[in-house]
Amino acid sequence: MANMAQAIRMALHYGEEHLGVKEIFGEDVGAPLGGVFTVTQGLKTAWNSPLDERGIVGAALGLAWAGSRPVAEIQFVDYIFNTIDLLKLCGNSLWCSAGKFPTPMVLMTPTGSGIHGSIYHSHSFDSIASKIHGMKVVCPSTPLDAYGLMISAIKDDNPVLFLKPKALLRAKGTELIPGEPSDERLLKEMIDAPIGDRSQWKPRWPALEDYAIPLGEAKISKGGSDATIVTHGRMAPICLEVANEFKAEGKGDVEVIDMRSLIPYDWNAITQSIRKTGRVLFVNEETEISNFGEHLIRRVIDEMFYELAVRPRILCGKAVPGIGLSPVLEFNSVPQKADVERSVSELLADPA
Amino acid sequence: MSNSNVKSMSEALYGKLEPKILLEIHHTMVKARSLEERLIKMSKGGEGFFWIGGPGEEAFNVPLGLQVKKGQGVSHDYLHLHYRSSGIMLAMGAEVIDTIRQMRTTSTDPYSRGRNFVNHYAIPEWNVLPVAPTIETQYSTCIGTAIAQARSKSDGITIVNGGDAGTAEGDFHSCLVWANRPALPLPVLMIVINNGFGISTPAREQHGEENISDWARVFKGMPSKTINGNDPVESWFAIQEAMKYIRTNRKPYLLEARASRLNGHSSSSGANRVSEPDCIKLFEEKLIKGKIASEDQLKKVWELIQRECDDAHAKVKQEPFPDGEDIWNGVFKEGLPSSYPKKGGS
Repeated sequence: MANMAQAIRMALHYGEEHLGVKEIFGEDVGAPLGGVFTVTQGLKTAWNSPLDERGIVGAALGLAWAGSRPVAEIQFVDYIFNTIDLLKLCGNSLWCSAGKFPTPMVLMTPTGSGIHGSIYHSHSFDSIASKIHGMKVVCPSTPLDAYGLMISAIKDDNPVLFLKPKALLRAKGTELIPGEPSDERLLKEMIDAPIGDRSQWKPRWPALEDYAIPLGEAKISKGGSDATIVTHGRMAPICLEVANEFKAEGKGDVEVIDMRSLIPYDWNAITQSIRKTGRVLFVNEETEISNFGEHLIRRVIDEMFYELAVRPRILCGKAVPGIGLSPVLEFNSVPQKADVERSVSELLADPA
Repeated sequence: MSNSNVKSMSEALYGKLEPKILLEIHHTMVKARSLEERLIKMSKGGEGFFWIGGPGEEAFNVPLGLQVKKGQGVSHDYLHLHYRSSGIMLAMGAEVIDTIRQMRTTSTDPYSRGRNFVNHYAIPEWNVLPVAPTIETQYSTCIGTAIAQARSKSDGITIVNGGDAGTAEGDFHSCLVWANRPALPLPVLMIVINNGFGISTPAREQHGEENISDWARVFKGMPSKTINGNDPVESWFAIQEAMKYIRTNRKPYLLEARASRLNGHSSSSGANRVSEPDCIKLFEEKLIKGKIASEDQLKKVWELIQRECDDAHAKVKQEPFPDGEDIWNGVFKEGLPSSYPKKGGS
């Protein structure tokens, strides 16, 4: 099965062939590297830009205004902070011009912890991203979702921030992408660049098919009736694993909602699940002050107070300036599997 | 081509422009000035709020607007403008009434429907990208339209303008670097209107560059020029030369125009007239001296435009303000999902 980096690469190739993508660019995005996580390897319209995040976002916005559907990359989300006023222009162009200037563009960037990335390769951006109103924000947790969300992001007439969980980019999927060969060694031979000299190398792309996951649609990764976990990105497979283990061990039947889209978010999926379970835990790796999950909790309290059996909870990153390099520091900063287990146990044990 | 010091070449150049064009430039300069003065009056009278605009930039902006290849798409010129560009817009054919509408924040404001400050245009049919209140970001966004044009077979170019103070921002340098990438040079006309101030801060205290156009020198072969932006004829020919170079060579050009700022930064500093050279007054002296127009003839232009502004203003006063619920339009292209939170809290 393809890993997430290969899946996004295949979606971008599909975009080049079928959706009018003509410009894929960013730092080290073109040959020979094809992106620091190999996401843009072998793509015919991928090119290297100057080391200039503001220029990258500005170029993408200008290209969108010129009718292109660019896909630009910020090499790590940790480097996106100096572009915030340009991101705001991406998000507000349509609104400020009273509907005259839509901005169909995708900005993709690796996010989150999990690769021992220290202070400037471990940031999350979910909460700040959710404040760039007018911009959609997605964050997949599986290769197939990454493929489907990227195709939808390219098709969308709004700016879409595509957050790629760093820790999951090399993780293989369990579902075939439409058109993907079932032999993963064959896929690797076809689309992964060789080590060493690549100057003569060209990918052989499989016959990929359209597969669009609507932006704003969550996925029930596992059904359950005792409690609800709402999560996304790196935390999604961890939460799913914990929920499966709890079920197997007879500790409780927990439903896991993988949001996939943060903006707009699937409020109906969240409310339907909570209406069933009465217990909810929001899990993400953003820092606690302030956290996008807090907005969801506030809305649950406002709109579903009398349908809750117990207080809603959140498990998220600690509110400290950075994520330390030592695993001891990192693991004590962002949620790990043991933290999810503890939080779910407490949620299930809370007296109604 | 090299930088030149600021000196008026106008005497030699005046004879090269048709009297008809000179009078069209004058007419549009007067229109831009009258419009701005009307906007200032509205701001001071409580009709609208913040004012920011371009009195003093007419002599450069009008010749620029008249030479734009106007239209939609990559084969026409893209304009990434700052908020002192009324002269460009009027020269391109914009109506004074539409800017008055934006000043009064009416629902008929075609550029932003009451959402943005005055002189913040957005006209897709003429490639006028949304003017941003942020300083200098237009030098980053212009990279994108210029890339699209560099890929095309057309002679369309990207035009970006801004002030001298903003050149300290990184976006200005982003534009220089990207426009000069050996991998894909960009057809960009980078314009800096140097009025010597950033709000209240004199440029001479903050900038050691002799000319802002000197920034082009570090890029091999990038032409640049510093001109007297208070002279419309010198401006006309400098713009013509720069545009011709870019359309033909598909490479960038940096043009610095020294100009007056006649009403300060904005309404935040009072918007009162200051004692700096007035480009229209200087132009009129030359038109009269050169027997291109009589004093009486020029006076009639002012009167005619005054009436146009009066009529437009009177009409706008009868027009409605936006509906409060309009805030939800334009968040997303397709509208908002039904579950989007709209209460503004609990």
